[in-house]
Amino acid sequence: MNANQQSFEPVLTRNTHRPDSEKITTYLTHGGYQAVRLALTKSPDELIDMVKRSGLRGRGGAGFPAGVKWGFMPKDAPQKFVAVNTDEGEPGTFKDREIVERDPHQVIEGVVIAAYAVGASRAYVYIRGEFFLGVKRWIKAIADAYAHGFLGKNILGSGFDLDMSVHRGAGAYICGEETAMLESLEGKPGNPRAKPPYPTQVGLFSLPTLVHNIETLACIPHIIERGPEWFASIGTAESKGPKIYSVSGHVNQPGNYELPLGISLREIIYEHAGGIRGGRRLKAVIPGGASTPMLTADQIEIPMAFETLKAAGSELGTGAIIVMDETTCMVEAARRLAKFFAHESCGQCTPCRIGSVRLYELLDRIERGKGQPGDIELILETAQGIDGITFCPMGAALVNPARSAIRHFREEFEYHIINKHCIVG
Amino acid sequence: MKPKIELLPPAIENPRTRAMLLAALYIAQEQYGWLSPEAIQRVADRLKVSPGQVKSTASFYTMFKLEPRGKYHIQVCEGLSCYLVGGAEPIIDYVAKRLKINPGETTLDGKFSLEVVQCLAACDLAPALKVNDELYGHMTLEIIDALFSELAQSSSVERGA
Repeated sequence: MNANQQSFEPVLTRNTHRPDSEKITTYLTHGGYQAVRLALTKSPDELIDMVKRSGLRGRGGAGFPAGVKWGFMPKDAPQKFVAVNTDEGEPGTFKDREIVERDPHQVIEGVVIAAYAVGASRAYVYIRGEFFLGVKRWIKAIADAYAHGFLGKNILGSGFDLDMSVHRGAGAYICGEETAMLESLEGKPGNPRAKPPYPTQVGLFSLPTLVHNIETLACIPHIIERGPEWFASIGTAESKGPKIYSVSGHVNQPGNYELPLGISLREIIYEHAGGIRGGRRLKAVIPGGASTPMLTADQIEIPMAFETLKAAGSELGTGAIIVMDETTCMVEAARRLAKFFAHESCGQCTPCRIGSVRLYELLDRIERGKGQPGDIELILETAQGIDGITFCPMGAALVNPARSAIRHFREEFEYHIINKHCIVG
Repeated sequence: MKPKIELLPPAIENPRTRAMLLAALYIAQEQYGWLSPEAIQRVADRLKVSPGQVKSTASFYTMFKLEPRGKYHIQVCEGLSCYLVGGAEPIIDYVAKRLKINPGETTLDGKFSLEVVQCLAACDLAPALKVNDELYGHMTLEIIDALFSELAQSSSVERGA
């Protein structure tokens, strides 16, 4: 444990244990909406500079530097938007659900600051259709923020206006991808757009749009209030600030844990999530949601940071950790994730539409004892034919479970094909 | 009062009108129980877009139902995190057997329908399922028995509405 972890104090979840934590009165009682008062006394450029200096990177999976994105928003456009991504669908991830259900005002405060900094007059929240409680919490929180003068005309006497509304998705994983989300907000099927142009240039209704995940936006008030230096003092060289890790699978205490970036997987699993259930041995870990390559038990000293996970052949993704113990069949784990991606492919481009189904069929027949010699090579070849040649990042994502499972546990796949059943019994 | 299609603001000649489509589909689904051809046509008329455009959007999203479903729509997660802690197939099979229907079907009395769904972002509560809009976590076969007995007895009260 390093020095900054010893002194680490949760900020994003600091109110979530309180009764009525979602209410504006609770938020105000515990220092809420102070950052926006401070922000409105600064110039937009000062705010953009603060976010750049904080080192904040996007928490929705891609990890793009937030301040750089703010800087990409054109200064002279007649109308600009902020789009707030609450379309949490990456298997293993449930942090955004907790944020919106338990502390939505923290996000609204971040949205107001971001909108003011980039000159946006309208904010659209997109929320996953299945999050029924989340929708209700968003609607109530926005209404209360209007009533208290944090949204609407002339916010806190600053002359800055911002309107905000909530829009429900209707069950499509791909709408978490930013351009698919914009299509869906426009009332269309969620087919991702080709990039460039990026949403900061051509976004919602073809106007410049700043798109952020809600955990990213939740960081903003704290950066403004405590200063970018405070934020940048937490974490590693390239991964700064606090992070909410969703931990699930074979642990004793699944749940969300807010901890610094850079903390090791071992510490999260064993010191926070209660270790492996039943005292069993750890076998594999997915570190950042279903689309990130899995790691093995001997890799858990790796710090949870963008650069360290990349170096280890995986990704930080959403920081959603799925823990699998020694009883897990890796063919079945890969098969199940492949089924998810085959189900969720939007069908717009061929490698993903056809390839995702072919990958699932191959894994399914191995799992059912119908595997043929050469199937492993065929899976890897199919993955090669998908990765890097699709419209959106889903192609690269969907090959990760099978590829990484074969990389680390190839003998299990071979055993399955030869013996027609699982090595773990 | 429940929202009705007729109460939507009249469509104006503006490309942004189409942005109301998902909201309009939710309203129509609530009003008609499912997105019948009539419901699709009404949405199209109201928003001044073609029925084809409405249907192409509706069919893209899993939460829009192009056929009738049960009063209690049971959605069981088959995600990895649910599977790892004993969920997914054991629960899907149990619910199917109890209701005597396969996933994708509705009971003859129209009371229950069963759907297998992807990750509900409730992995901390795994195994998870939803009944209409309401989320239930830490499912066991005993809890499911209790839940279904309760639902079978309830009359006109719509859960999660």
